[in-house]
Amino acid sequence: MKNYWKSIEEKNQKVISKIAEEKDMSQNTIIETLLEVMKFDNSTSRRDFLKLGGFSLAAATLAASCEAPINKSIPFLIKPEEVVSGIANYYASSLIDGSDYCSILVKTREGRPIKIEGNELSTLTKGGTNARVQASVLSLYDTERLKEPLHKNSKTSWGEADNKITPLLNSINTKGSKIVILSSTIISPSTNSVYKAFVKKFPNTQIVYYDAISASAILMGNKKSFNRQVIPDYRFDKADIIVSFGADFLGTWLSPIEYTKQYVQNRKLNGKSTMSKHIQFETGMSLTGSNADERIPIKPSEEGIILINIYNQLAKINGSPVYNINVPISPVDIKPIVNELWTKREKSLIISNSNDIDIQILVNATNYLLGNYLNTIDLDTPLYVKQGIDSEMEAFVIDMEEGNIDALIINNVNPAYDYQNAERFKRGLTKLKLSISLANTLDETAALVDYVCPDNHFLESWNDAEPKRGFFSLAQPTIHKLFNTRASQESLLKWIGENIDYHNYIQKYWEEFIFPLKNEFINTEFEFRQFWNKSLQEGVFEIPSSTVSKKSLKFDSITLQDTIYTIVQNKKSVFGDIELQLSESVAIGHGKHANNPWLQELPDPISKICWDNYATISPIYASENGLQNGDIVTIISDSAEIEIPVLLQPGQAKDTISIALGYGRENAGKVGNKVGKNVFQFGHIANGNTQYYRSRIKISKTGKTHLFALTQTHHSMEGRAIVRETTLDNYIENHSSGNEMHEKYHEKARTLYKAQAHIGYHWGLSIDLNACTGCGNCVIACQAENNVPVIGKDEVRRRRIMHWMRIDRYYSDSIENPQVYHQPIMCQHCDKAPCENVCPVSATMHSNDGLNHIAYNRCVGTRYCMNNCPYKVRRFNWYAYSENEKFDFHMNSELGRMVLNPDVVVRSRGVVEKCSLCIQRIQEGVAKAKLENRLLIDGDIKPACLQSCPADALVFGNINDENSKLSLKHLDKRNYHLLEELSILPSVGYLTKVRNKPNIKA
Amino acid sequence: MYDANIRGTLIKGNKTYHQITEDICRPLETSPNYWWYIALFLSFGALSIGTWSLYMTFNEGLGTWGLNNTVSWGYSIINFVWWIGIGHAGTAFSIFLLILGQKWRTSINRAAEAMTVVAVFCAGIFPIIHMGRPNIAFFVFPYPNDRGPLWINFNSALTWDVAAIPTYLMASAMFFYIGMIPDLATVRDRTTSKVKKAIFGFFSFGWVGSSKDWLRFETLSWILAGLMAALVVSVHSIVAMDFASSILPGWHTTIFPPYFVVGAILSGFSMVLTIMIIIRKIYKLQDYITDSHINAICKILVFISLIMGMAYGTEIFVTWYSGNEYEMFTFFHNRITGDYNSAFWIMVTSNAIIPQLFWFKKIRGKLLIVFLISIIINIGMWFERYVIVVTSLSKDLLPSNWADYTPTNVEVGLFIGTLGFFVMCLLLFFKYLPMIAISEVKGVLKSSKIKN
Repeated sequence: MKNYWKSIEEKNQKVISKIAEEKDMSQNTIIETLLEVMKFDNSTSRRDFLKLGGFSLAAATLAASCEAPINKSIPFLIKPEEVVSGIANYYASSLIDGSDYCSILVKTREGRPIKIEGNELSTLTKGGTNARVQASVLSLYDTERLKEPLHKNSKTSWGEADNKITPLLNSINTKGSKIVILSSTIISPSTNSVYKAFVKKFPNTQIVYYDAISASAILMGNKKSFNRQVIPDYRFDKADIIVSFGADFLGTWLSPIEYTKQYVQNRKLNGKSTMSKHIQFETGMSLTGSNADERIPIKPSEEGIILINIYNQLAKINGSPVYNINVPISPVDIKPIVNELWTKREKSLIISNSNDIDIQILVNATNYLLGNYLNTIDLDTPLYVKQGIDSEMEAFVIDMEEGNIDALIINNVNPAYDYQNAERFKRGLTKLKLSISLANTLDETAALVDYVCPDNHFLESWNDAEPKRGFFSLAQPTIHKLFNTRASQESLLKWIGENIDYHNYIQKYWEEFIFPLKNEFINTEFEFRQFWNKSLQEGVFEIPSSTVSKKSLKFDSITLQDTIYTIVQNKKSVFGDIELQLSESVAIGHGKHANNPWLQELPDPISKICWDNYATISPIYASENGLQNGDIVTIISDSAEIEIPVLLQPGQAKDTISIALGYGRENAGKVGNKVGKNVFQFGHIANGNTQYYRSRIKISKTGKTHLFALTQTHHSMEGRAIVRETTLDNYIENHSSGNEMHEKYHEKARTLYKAQAHIGYHWGLSIDLNACTGCGNCVIACQAENNVPVIGKDEVRRRRIMHWMRIDRYYSDSIENPQVYHQPIMCQHCDKAPCENVCPVSATMHSNDGLNHIAYNRCVGTRYCMNNCPYKVRRFNWYAYSENEKFDFHMNSELGRMVLNPDVVVRSRGVVEKCSLCIQRIQEGVAKAKLENRLLIDGDIKPACLQSCPADALVFGNINDENSKLSLKHLDKRNYHLLEELSILPSVGYLTKVRNKPNIKA
Repeated sequence: MYDANIRGTLIKGNKTYHQITEDICRPLETSPNYWWYIALFLSFGALSIGTWSLYMTFNEGLGTWGLNNTVSWGYSIINFVWWIGIGHAGTAFSIFLLILGQKWRTSINRAAEAMTVVAVFCAGIFPIIHMGRPNIAFFVFPYPNDRGPLWINFNSALTWDVAAIPTYLMASAMFFYIGMIPDLATVRDRTTSKVKKAIFGFFSFGWVGSSKDWLRFETLSWILAGLMAALVVSVHSIVAMDFASSILPGWHTTIFPPYFVVGAILSGFSMVLTIMIIIRKIYKLQDYITDSHINAICKILVFISLIMGMAYGTEIFVTWYSGNEYEMFTFFHNRITGDYNSAFWIMVTSNAIIPQLFWFKKIRGKLLIVFLISIIINIGMWFERYVIVVTSLSKDLLPSNWADYTPTNVEVGLFIGTLGFFVMCLLLFFKYLPMIAISEVKGVLKSSKIKN
């Protein structure tokens, strides 16, 4: 080979390397090289061979087995001032997403939001959240979020999109054609001002508010009754008797977190001897119905008749006019309810989730008759979370179909999926000249439009909210935008030619409109900057409601006669049919969160089914028609038809079916697609509003079956004292009623062993079964805090759900109308834990402060501890759930893993895990107190399940401290320990369930 | 003293000592018949199914099994206990009968011991693969370490298992081997192949058959027997404590250790019976394994089966007498009448009722029926472990946790794999080692003759 060289150096270099090469060649084999190095003779002896063989075997083994994973670590070149590695920062913010609102604290670690906590400074949500709020942090790291703007489903840039959209809008405007902004309810005052600015620039713009699950009848009903188109402020804490017609106010209705906070105030006993009485009329079993003192299953069509009868009987007592011409008698005995309502008038509350305007008027009339206005219902502090009027939406869809609209901007709604007549909407879309979606995923609607201009995630954006009059709230970004997205408001402003950062816009808006309110009410000389910083830091700014003037109220009763007549006529037309009720799922809502694996895997609070919707039918109907759990049936109405599996639901009204909305998404993403069935198509417009029930339903068996992903399959306590209960009257007589055995077991307990000494602290929990509504917030909070993996539908079917915290649900009494019990269960941290002494390798041990530890590193996975745990709270990693393609949820992508809590290890395959009472939080609290040189006090440490509990059902504390809140709870006469007869001394206590219902004498 | 006039001769056909050697060594020196090859082929098939299952288990994880949060022990633990039970046969057979001076054991003990070693080995596989992280299975051994040092938990019955099972495996292997030394020497002396001579020569430890050799051999046998007698009782007692030391209703019972030991002997003896009936037929060893041998085993089975029945009854009585609601549920509602009643009644029928047929001499004499009953007992004993493991776990204290358990193909595959391994090892044993203790049979040849 020729030697080419370009410099003298290179030539010399080549010579040197040639010499080296020759030298290499002279040493024949690696073995010989090694021998030379090791100063052996070239003549290899047997012993040498063995030595070398042994060495190379050992070396190969070491090299093969000690492969360490390569972790990328990027140092801070310039460290941000507020970020300290290992220390979390909390930012006050708000979840603002259509009708969902919650004031929150966002926990960030190293710049990543990893957990959402409730903001205790908000007097609306008071530190509570719900499962959807808890899970919303995961949607930030959803790989299916749009990463850049799209034009006809292909990538484009913001500049290009804006350059095309702006002239188009201008030309449509100059032509005088119509532009529509189809938007979810907007509770943000600044966004509304953006809309106004948009309308100002393009005067032909119409804004249509659309709620997938609307409350338009309440709005219209109040307009008719009081001439105010508002949702009033319901005060569950002030009501002594609550009568709800289908309103799932603890789970999904309007403002469930706020309502739960209020409701439990009047349900917890805490030494009191009064509690509110809750009566629920409903079709399917809802979360709220399961908590009611009395639950009365009715068909949706019977609601009106019962209300008329209640109204008439009350009117008779009151001496008001009675409308009983042709009114059928109530199918249930309402006499005791009427009497109780009358005795508790002015302190009662009647609500209905019906979207029938007549029923809402009747509800208003009854409440008016009882004098509830200004007491338990306040029209002056209206709730703004639902503003959509169904008839406006319907008119718009017709308008669009007829081609009268040229441009459509869709903000935060998905009517191609959730409109009751989605086909019609889709047809209308094709008639447009310009369609823009501001969705941040390519949902069913966004997939059909010309331009998708993706909005930021709420954790990346500035926003503000006024969910209720006078209650302002701010949202701030807690992370830089992950993708090339843009705030929807900024997009709108850009198109009207205003190039302004939305942060500045909100600030300007607040300075102009909200800051003056402050000065009006509080006479301190505040600079706006101070006001802004304070509001931002606290997340909320509230105007004390006492200052809102109370206007006198007059109920417009002229139309009442017609209202009642219409209800009676409607009822006549549906006599004897099977009726279908569409309900909102506690986890998935109206389907927006369908791609969130945490929510998909949250067991429904009642049915305990994950990853599915289903038709619930009454067990009696099932036995009459030969249906069993999981049988797939065809459900046919006038306009729609689906195949869906049935579930036998105790407490379901006979001849009715309930199905949850929000499932069956087509374009949600890989997690949510094709999970369950879409039933929005069964909705229909009647009387101007979308009705979420349907009569004249036919069911037929298909012969196919479906296997549900159930987390609990046995529903009876089998007579065991698992949830101990009593009635209010019995409780007043004897505080330990229902809990008599506690004393007995306590006396009987004997042991041969020395009691475990708990030095310093002895952590424990107390759970008030009277407060817990079973909503599932704690389950998701725990999942988020402790990196609990999602395992998918099939694995849940195999009964391997990984949740550290679960809520057991039991039924008692009759199958037609059972009583329901919710019982949160986590590791009970027994002082004599049965799991500890069976572990062969001591991987699970007791700590001095009463915690049951588990050392994942030490666990070999014999699972004996799981067998021996009487509560079965231990979970096994049957597979590797992280970075495993078979479990393609958030833990399988780099982006999704950003939500993981760095304080909690991700467990590997083959180890057992369980609730640690959030030991990372305990350690943090202990360290903090130590730095401050003080003892821990109540409230210093809050495990995740408890921090955001909307019902404040849990108390955490130190058992060793006699004055701690927890110790007082443990000394309560209602306190008992689950399975205390086993003498394993759990640190978790439960307080008996007390129902406000008449005593049944045995 | 064995009275052949009453019990029948132990070796039929007026054998000479040389004839005995010839008969027993024949399988080693001739090529096996086609049945042997077919069986070996089938066992390889089963073994490969087991290997696939093992691959799935290690590669994918224990998720490939049918276990869940509630029933976290299943097929593998059932099979572990079942194999351990079978592994009781040989040692119990040799040792108890040796100590009790029962000469009739001599024709059977070798094969029984071989079975023991293989069965215990099969059993020993399960606890390891049943671990979530078998790669760190060594954590269960107490050894000096730099993690503290961290010791194992001596309170855990699983730790006792770790000590008991390897001890038992090693001791029974040793007993099996030591007992074989004179026969290995016989084979060594007979073989013409140089390779075989070398191998058997090595393993027979230079045995020459001198009085000194015999004296030491006898002494060692007795010493080992004494040690092993305790081990036989302890190993299954400890396996029983894996369950008894828990707090689960249906597991937490003091009767478990004796109940398990007796159960193990029942399953072991019936497995001996199954195998003896087969090899006696195939290898034409009717002269050595006679009807009176089978008769004797059957009589023992009647007795043990009665104890089993007693144990079942006691368990149920104690449950009722305690009045504990969880125990009551487990026994009366879950096992006797509930979802698992078929498993429970299979267990009772096959272990406590059907063996009672052996009271009849006619039935004891019908080989086919004896064979069938021996199989039924083995199935019954498998169901006993199923009833214990699965029924207690699947419906325990909190009804919200109740869950069912169905094994997956992988779990069944593992069981099939161990069956394949067991059969394969026995086939190789029959081909390459003397399956009847030549020297010991010769010892009873004269003394068991019918005297005129």
